Amino acid sequence: MLRFSLALALIVAASPALAAPVAYVPPPERQRLAVAPGSRLTEIQCSACHSLDYITTQPRSLPATAFWTAEVGKMRKAYGARISDQDSAAIIAYLAANCGGRSD
Amino acid sequence: MDRRQLTLGIAAAAGAGLARAAPATVVLPFGNGERPLVRYPQKRALIRLTTRPPQLETPFSVFDEGEVTPNDAFFVRYHLAGAPPLADPQTFRLEVKGQVERPLSLSLADLGALPRVEILAVNQCSGNSRGFFDPRVAGGQAGNGMMGNARWSGVALRTVLDLAGVRAGAVQVAFAGMDKPVMPGPQPFAKALDVDHARDGEVMLAVAMNGAPLPVLNGYPLRLIVPGWYGTYWVKHLNEITVLDAPLRNFWMASAYRVPDNACACVAQGAPAGKTRPISGYDVRSFITNLSDGQRVRAGMPTPVRGVAFDGGSGIARVEVSADGGQHWRETRLGPDLGRYAFRRWSAQVRLARGKAKLAVRAVSRSGETQPAVARWNPAGYMRNVIETLTIEAS
Repeated sequence: MLRFSLALALIVAASPALAAPVAYVPPPERQRLAVAPGSRLTEIQCSACHSLDYITTQPRSLPATAFWTAEVGKMRKAYGARISDQDSAAIIAYLAANCGGRSD
Repeated sequence: MDRRQLTLGIAAAAGAGLARAAPATVVLPFGNGERPLVRYPQKRALIRLTTRPPQLETPFSVFDEGEVTPNDAFFVRYHLAGAPPLADPQTFRLEVKGQVERPLSLSLADLGALPRVEILAVNQCSGNSRGFFDPRVAGGQAGNGMMGNARWSGVALRTVLDLAGVRAGAVQVAFAGMDKPVMPGPQPFAKALDVDHARDGEVMLAVAMNGAPLPVLNGYPLRLIVPGWYGTYWVKHLNEITVLDAPLRNFWMASAYRVPDNACACVAQGAPAGKTRPISGYDVRSFITNLSDGQRVRAGMPTPVRGVAFDGGSGIARVEVSADGGQHWRETRLGPDLGRYAFRRWSAQVRLARGKAKLAVRAVSRSGETQPAVARWNPAGYMRNVIETLTIEAS
């Protein structure tokens, strides 16, 4: 369910400078999160707007709870993610425990 | 400091029973830096930072191939998951509106009929090299490959603004592209330049890159080119230009892409940004492209060293190398001047005594800027330009 396989076709015609038709089929999305309490919720909420490699590539050397609290907060405030306070707390707890960062 | 990525392994699909080749990976030289190498449409295998929206980094060895970064190796960066949008060249229109005498709706053919301009210019992501920040910061964890130099051609933005007739009192020009959020919430991506900058004759609406249409992932069919300024302003899939009588205050101008408002655009490591301003022009940078960190060379023999340098548009005055970690510097030979916004090649030879050597490079711009010996820091991880140093082993 979390595999986003998009198959899109781009028709490019017209002038020679605009070249031949291009089929646009991006590689599939495969990144998953480690299974643990909260992983399913985190995958569903976060992958609504971005692939999960946005999470797994983040640095792991920073205080985990502070780091993920700031990130989830940014997604809610700056990017308008509709995540409830309760879900937000569960997601932060999952990320801090399973997606890197040192205990703060 | 190492800056080249190490190819770990490439699994061939030859083995019987292998349904699919295991992806090749690279390890960028910072914590949690393993990345897959992935092919996207119109692209060779690039370092994938993220999948949706796509962020792809150019493998650093590409920069040793020449001054111009090939289209299929050029980096990719998006913000919103509805990317890339697929434009129909027949129905595509660029709207020019707002504080103008004559709102316009231009087709690609209309744009093609206007006077053509061309410029070689570096496009560099604000967060290029973010992964090297110490302490680390959140955001796209890029190595040094979120940059490239291309020959852009199209129409001067000024030509189009003059056709529309900018009204007196206009202060900024805003640019929006076809890539949209996938759901309500995020603000659509839009950036703005001051009117005088927008009308400087160099800011361009590009339809072509290195003599070919823009790759889809680099903004087909039209993108803004802002020579010398960070890539955040180079709006892709550009279809909306709005002349404003007040500064644009959306998330992308008022909250994101801002740097500390001081001379170095920096603060103490780990400190808050304090008062900020929008990021603007590139600081000066230089890289060694033909050697990688940890590489072995012959001791006592001439070792060629070469690379690229660029800045925000004054041009490169000189590039210097040091074989002793920055204690002594020697001038290098500059390659052809392809324009003040382009990569400038440089080359030199060094002779290394047996043992480990710290090989460093620094550029000086015509405006007199150079690179710091100690990395500057800011909370967003922008504008890194510390002197790059490789450890080379001579034996």
